[in-house]
Amino acid sequence: MWGKLSWAVIPLDQPLILVASTIVAVAIVSVLGWVIARGHLPYLWKEWLTSVDHKRIGVMYVVLALVMLLRGFSDALLMRSQQALAYNAPGYLTPEHYNQIFSAHGTMMIFFVAMPFVIGLMNFVVPLQLGVRDVAFPVLNSVGFWLTATGALLVNISLIVGEFARTGWLPYPPLSELAYSPGVGVDYYLWALQISGIGTLLAGINLVTTVLKVRAPGMNYLRMPMFCWTTLASSLLMVAAFPILTATFAMLLLDRYLGFHFFTNEGGGNVMMFMNLIWAWGHPEVYILILPAFGVFSEVLSTFSGKPLFGYKSMVAATMSICLLSFMVWLHHFFTMGAGADVNAVFGVATMVIAVPTGVKVFNWLFTMYGGRIVFATPTLWAIGFMVTFVVGGMTGVLLAVPPADFVLHNSLFLVAHFHNVIIGGVLFGAFAGYTYWFPKAFGFRLHEGLGKAAFWFWISGFYVAFMPLYWLGLMGMTRRLQHYDVAAWRPWLLVAAGGAVLIFIGIILQIAQLVVSIRQREILRDSTGDPWNGRSLEWATASPPPGFNFAVLPTVGHEEPYWRGKQGPRSQAATEAEPVYLDIEMPRNSPVGFICAFFATAMGFGLVWHIWWLVGIAFFCAYATFVVLAWRDHHEDIIPAALVARLDRANRQARSMAAARL
Amino acid sequence: MNAGSSDDVRLDDTAPGDQGSGTITMGRAVWGYLIGFALATLLSVVSFYLTRSTLVWEPSIPIALSVLAIAQMGVHLVFFLHITAGPDSVNNLLALAFGVLIVMLLVFGSLWIMTHLNHNMLPMDQIMKMQR
Amino acid sequence: MSAIQATGGATGDGHNLVVIPERRARESQVASGAEGTRIVVAYGFWIFLISDIILFAAFFATYAVLADSTAGGPTGRNLFDIRNVAIETACLLSSSLFCGLAAIGARFANARLFHASMVATFALGLAFLSLEAREFSHLIAQGDGPSRSGFLSAFFALIGCHGLHVTAGLLWLLTMMAQVVAKGFRQDVLRRLLCFSLFWHTLDIIWVALFSLVYLVGVAP
Repeated sequence: MWGKLSWAVIPLDQPLILVASTIVAVAIVSVLGWVIARGHLPYLWKEWLTSVDHKRIGVMYVVLALVMLLRGFSDALLMRSQQALAYNAPGYLTPEHYNQIFSAHGTMMIFFVAMPFVIGLMNFVVPLQLGVRDVAFPVLNSVGFWLTATGALLVNISLIVGEFARTGWLPYPPLSELAYSPGVGVDYYLWALQISGIGTLLAGINLVTTVLKVRAPGMNYLRMPMFCWTTLASSLLMVAAFPILTATFAMLLLDRYLGFHFFTNEGGGNVMMFMNLIWAWGHPEVYILILPAFGVFSEVLSTFSGKPLFGYKSMVAATMSICLLSFMVWLHHFFTMGAGADVNAVFGVATMVIAVPTGVKVFNWLFTMYGGRIVFATPTLWAIGFMVTFVVGGMTGVLLAVPPADFVLHNSLFLVAHFHNVIIGGVLFGAFAGYTYWFPKAFGFRLHEGLGKAAFWFWISGFYVAFMPLYWLGLMGMTRRLQHYDVAAWRPWLLVAAGGAVLIFIGIILQIAQLVVSIRQREILRDSTGDPWNGRSLEWATASPPPGFNFAVLPTVGHEEPYWRGKQGPRSQAATEAEPVYLDIEMPRNSPVGFICAFFATAMGFGLVWHIWWLVGIAFFCAYATFVVLAWRDHHEDIIPAALVARLDRANRQARSMAAARL
Repeated sequence: MNAGSSDDVRLDDTAPGDQGSGTITMGRAVWGYLIGFALATLLSVVSFYLTRSTLVWEPSIPIALSVLAIAQMGVHLVFFLHITAGPDSVNNLLALAFGVLIVMLLVFGSLWIMTHLNHNMLPMDQIMKMQR
Repeated sequence: MSAIQATGGATGDGHNLVVIPERRARESQVASGAEGTRIVVAYGFWIFLISDIILFAAFFATYAVLADSTAGGPTGRNLFDIRNVAIETACLLSSSLFCGLAAIGARFANARLFHASMVATFALGLAFLSLEAREFSHLIAQGDGPSRSGFLSAFFALIGCHGLHVTAGLLWLLTMMAQVVAKGFRQDVLRRLLCFSLFWHTLDIIWVALFSLVYLVGVAP
């Protein structure tokens, strides 16, 4: 009846897990209780959970990412403290538990922090920058988000019900095969990522179609803001790379569930094929993450330098060539597996070639700042911190791309330092820059600057203190994922690294404080105009937060920086410009399909993990039925009357002209 | 890719989703599918025939089959999916080209890498066999 | 490179989100009006199909790599029944023709042509599936199931993945017929029909690769 599930799977003997999951459960229950007690549930359901508005969905993606960041970071603290303690000692985490922690940390940080963060930013910003009302497929967008959330939920369920994978963030066989990982950990991992992978694919399809087919009148390709270009490149990679991940995990699942021989030692399986396929996805994946961050920095640096982006066309070319090149380098993740000199040389050179367009970008950012009147706001700090840190990380990447050097550094902490250097210094700093930059657009008030800057300084110093020692440890020969060690020379560096993690922790606390303080002081930080940073692209041309329909009248684009050009006219042009003719607007109607679908997907994933086949069958049937019901509806759109559009737009125009008069 | 006014060039076969100006008669539309079907059948029959005949030099049969398969996929794309080089389907074609590039990279890249791996490192089952 | 490519413009027909001057409406890429929505939907679905093709490419690459990993078991030449494959191909190819006829029936709002062609498509698709199921069960019964060797694992996964897609297509087909009965040839139903026919034709393209490069190359001398 209940498959492999029984009371014995709850780890009652592990106090740490029990305490952690109790805290999570209490947090969830108290948030839920607060929402219900205050009567916010109908609001939450109508305005957020069932929303198909790209801005709301974008915000929910970012919230998911921030929550999971806390979870992933607590794993990081556990690992750093374990390694600080476990010199000639067992430390306080058992090997089984430690292995689960580093696996969960990597999985969560990549799939449920970095991915939702960048997808959320793209979702929120791209339609606004393109000057349109929503993405191409609003309901699908909601489904995609909720499937991602399902994946995150399944990973978190594994904390208390059963166990998580002990195989690292990519479950290399044969360790991940049934013979060596008989538990449900790998199954949790696989099903969570299969489900959220579908969500990511949907997001990718949606964004590609939006950028290529849904743009404001006159917004041709070379008038799109840089962030839209990087979104296009990143989502093309999602569409092209995620099916490979799905196929690879499907093969591993077939191995585990039905006794196939794809990656087994015996029966003609080929373990290396897994590495080959997973990295054919894995390398594009890092560009899926970093390209949107590049886009954020382009927007931020140009805005806060008061200059157009330097070398826009070379930036476009660099972005698109990275998009293609990223599919030609995957072997550098397994130079040491023995493909031989010819193959290694080709992929080593291809890897170094990617550094060229990336270098083009860095120089373009520098020249964008050169001669500009730079405002050192929090997003600028993140961007400058990024440039320094990312160049260091990129350089160590070029080192690792040299196959002979890779034979020495592979699987060492040098590698760990390298990818944290580019992912924290690149993706996460980019995400934080975008979060601070677009926060006023989403909520109508800015984030507290002082706390933001303090958080930045703790983050960046914490990053250097935590990860520079790892480079050194890697050169000293320390491999990754060690639960304990007995080399005295490593100890001091690991203690320093633990100190760095504490600094980052303070940075995170400051970020939480920033959010809380900003919400409490929102009247002081209010932005009534919708353009708090003196922005250049179209998202600043509408109110903050933008109305559901984004633009009362779709803008007509005649330049690369339409909004900036508009502002360069007579100062009060906005006020004197004739009021447009307002018309009724049709907007897609909210739909609970995404949420319901996620409910059944969770049930199905849980059933699959625990071999509860009747649950799988029911959930699958219900999910199919949900889609048929969705297809049967007759009204997909609500009409926003012209009078309401006019009222909202007039208020914003008035605020803007008052602000212009104050100048 | 400069198609100022797509209305000037109105082809009979239109991009997916673009139903064109609606001037096509039903008979012509059916005829298009029938031509496609005939061509596809012809290519399939040749493929099946090749494997049993001595018409082609034996070692080159896989290559001949690949060529025929690619030709037939082209027929399907043009006559059934209506992906053409016309101005209305440039974006569709570009997306397809991107997809084909990825497919080629994945298939030939994997084959190349795995052949070299197998050459340098014995596949696992052979290692197991040697250990016995 | 101009903004105007490829979509045929969005010619407003009363469903516009906003009124934009006629000339500009032609140049815009905004999904306004029925035709604009149709182009956007078809393009999005085309992107999905390309991702699906890449999914098959991953299975195909694995098959190509594992084709010789028979673990001492039978090879393709011992197992493949080319007559069966030829019948399967004939079924799928003619189902593609009927699917095209159904699309024409929908386009000219000819319900009889539409339903007759859809039924034919369904029957041929079902015939294909049952032939494939027979082949699979035959192989499994004689001990040459997917657990026999890496080669057979890859074979079953690749062909089975196509079979699963055909199954999903048949379910979708029935849903579409029901929708046409219930709602007629409405714009949104027509859009879904368009996606369905793209899906079905793409499955046929994938089958071309499978019968040529898996079955025929597998038995080639």
